Amino acid sequence: MVPKLMCDDDMVDIYSVPSGDKDSLKVTIKLSKEKIETINRICASFENNPEELINVLHETQNTLGYLPAEVQEIIAHNLKISSAHVYGVVTFYSYFTMVPKGDYPISVCMGTACYVRGAEKILEELKKELKIGIGETTPDQRFSISCLRCVGACGLAPVLMVGEKVYGRVSPDDVKKILNEYREDNEDCKCQQL
Amino acid sequence: MEMIELSIDNKLVSVQKGTTILKAARKVGIDIPTLCHMELHNMSIENKPGSCRVCVVEVDGRRNLAPACVTEVAPGMVVNTHTARVLNARKTIVELLISDHPYDCLVCAKSGNCELQSIAHKFGIRRIHFKGEKSTYRKDTSPSIIRDVDKCIMCRRCEMICNEVQTVGALSAVNRGFISVVAPAFEMDLEHSPCTYCGQCVSVCPTGALTEVDSTHKVLLSLMDKSKTVIVQTAPSVRAALGEEFGLPPGTLVTGKMVAALRRMGFDYVFDTDFAADLTIMEEGTELLGRLRAHLAGESNAKLPILTSCCPGWVNFLEYNFPDLLHIPSTAKSPQQMFGAIAKTYFADQIGVKRQDLVVVSMMPCLAKKYECQRDEFKVNGNPDVDFSMTTRELADFIKQSNIDFLNLPDEEFDNPLGESTGAGVIFGNTGGVIEAACRTAYELYTGKKLETIEFENLRGTEGIRSAKLDFDGLTLNIGIAHGLSNARRLLGDVRAGKSNYHAIEIMACTGGCIAGGGQPYHHGNSEILRKRRDAIYSEDKGKIIRKSHENPYILKLYKDFLGQACGHKSHELLHTVYHDKSNNEVTIHHD
Repeated sequence: MVPKLMCDDDMVDIYSVPSGDKDSLKVTIKLSKEKIETINRICASFENNPEELINVLHETQNTLGYLPAEVQEIIAHNLKISSAHVYGVVTFYSYFTMVPKGDYPISVCMGTACYVRGAEKILEELKKELKIGIGETTPDQRFSISCLRCVGACGLAPVLMVGEKVYGRVSPDDVKKILNEYREDNEDCKCQQL
Repeated sequence: MEMIELSIDNKLVSVQKGTTILKAARKVGIDIPTLCHMELHNMSIENKPGSCRVCVVEVDGRRNLAPACVTEVAPGMVVNTHTARVLNARKTIVELLISDHPYDCLVCAKSGNCELQSIAHKFGIRRIHFKGEKSTYRKDTSPSIIRDVDKCIMCRRCEMICNEVQTVGALSAVNRGFISVVAPAFEMDLEHSPCTYCGQCVSVCPTGALTEVDSTHKVLLSLMDKSKTVIVQTAPSVRAALGEEFGLPPGTLVTGKMVAALRRMGFDYVFDTDFAADLTIMEEGTELLGRLRAHLAGESNAKLPILTSCCPGWVNFLEYNFPDLLHIPSTAKSPQQMFGAIAKTYFADQIGVKRQDLVVVSMMPCLAKKYECQRDEFKVNGNPDVDFSMTTRELADFIKQSNIDFLNLPDEEFDNPLGESTGAGVIFGNTGGVIEAACRTAYELYTGKKLETIEFENLRGTEGIRSAKLDFDGLTLNIGIAHGLSNARRLLGDVRAGKSNYHAIEIMACTGGCIAGGGQPYHHGNSEILRKRRDAIYSEDKGKIIRKSHENPYILKLYKDFLGQACGHKSHELLHTVYHDKSNNEVTIHHD
């Protein structure tokens, strides 16, 4: 299946799908001309070499933030591989995500040291506080939760990260306090530090 | 080549460097059980993901057991294939596989043909000691294939055949660990993927994870309905493989018994798709000559090469992957659909039955035929030309359900007028057969001379891509043949690039042609079976009195009384079709 990549206006229909099926989410996916060109450029920088798929995916996710289906279709098209194969790789590596991460992506370390020191309780508290699950993003796009294995700060276990900032010896009670630092209505919002 | 010496079960073995323990053992007649492993010699493909671990063996000096299918031999290696430790481990491995498998063997379509079931039986597994969560996934039903991923053991054979042999790219392993499955992109349904329904994935699936849509019950209901006249057509390859399901040696032709069985099952008329194959040759051969003459006359719009269009898996592949080449296949419908179109007009009129009261069933070696007969192009006011298409396997099951003693049936003849066929119609089942049948007719029509040797040996063979030059009384005709969709892709790539000088190309989706179709009895990796089916098809052709389509008296009568001339007005209306660009298919993203 080869997506049509003709661009004559700003938004391009890659494929449109009717909505309404109860057990599936059907979506009309649109991509801007610039995004398509960005993806094409990234693929071209790896000479559209199918063996560079993982690097292409890394670069694309770094640029666009996530790898939705239509982005994978375009990569498959450029690298002349099946979209099933691209999807297989995207779903295999937990680093890749098909949903956009929040402005403040939160990662909870589930490595052995953090786990035995109560990382699970912190995760539960986060889920309760943000009302989202692992791999999900809040509706306001502000926060997302993911898990990772060991950030190399076992001495500070349990550890969580917001963006690149590491918080150590976190207790469930600290969760709300940490989140508040990044909430919109907080004047001392640490967004600038990220 | 460097040779390696090792000992397997105290036998000294000498094999080439790089050989696996499994192959070295087989070389000296030592059987190591396998499950995910499959070697298909006719496709030069070996599936060895090393995922099932059933083939573990003990290697002296190694702490862990080694999977024989992916462990290469080493000098002086001492291998033991059936120590108590090995047997115990294998048993545990199979138990673990079954612990994440539905226990519904009694009602599973694969029961009796399941490799997991037979290995569990062989290992004497009577209890599953492991209780735990089972992975579950939604069932995916397409027009031809059912995916029941709960029964998947991640052997990856389907993925290998879909990507490497067929280059269709519909399937890939997705996710990881316990939740990993083999699925189309974005886990959409097969129906919305580039799947061509060739069914090769079904023919190699060791379990019931991939099976065909079963039409047996619907056909049974039609047979019960007294207001319906139910007729059946049988494809050439069915007669060369059906016997296997009743214990006959591969390659046994059971044409007469098959006809007798269908008659006893209550079909009002038992006809032959081979008749429609002869009709296909009349239309496709005439079209070939028309396009060839236009080309020779220097007409700029003459489209060559002409591609055969009998194989619905191949047509699907073309529509997905080569939408820019939709104008080059013959517009002739496949024999299955030609049969349906003639049956529901010409024949229905003859017996005075209304279209909607005539049910046409086809027995096919193919899964794509199930999809083909549901295409809108082949319906008149919603009524399909062919109502139900069943596989050779379904036919065998149906005969067994009907309690018919198949092996002791007398040989019977097809009914007329749609049951008479020539040897040319029969060989459609083999790769190269359609183009050979077309050439038998085209030669005589073009040169006006009688063909001295009916067999075109240079069109036969098993090479994935073959080419031959035929002498048409001074005119050299370049013929190309491809079977297996990766070969079709290569040949079509040349055509697209303008690098091809063929006048006509035959393409079949399945390696070997229809005899190896996705609906045939399971070969379990034994490609010797396919060779025997192939020989059976050629011997049926040899035994026919008439071996050229244009000499079939019932075909001549059909043109005289009903169709007029080949590629004429009526033919175009009933026997030709159009192709659609499917490259921009819908995508459904499932969240569950």
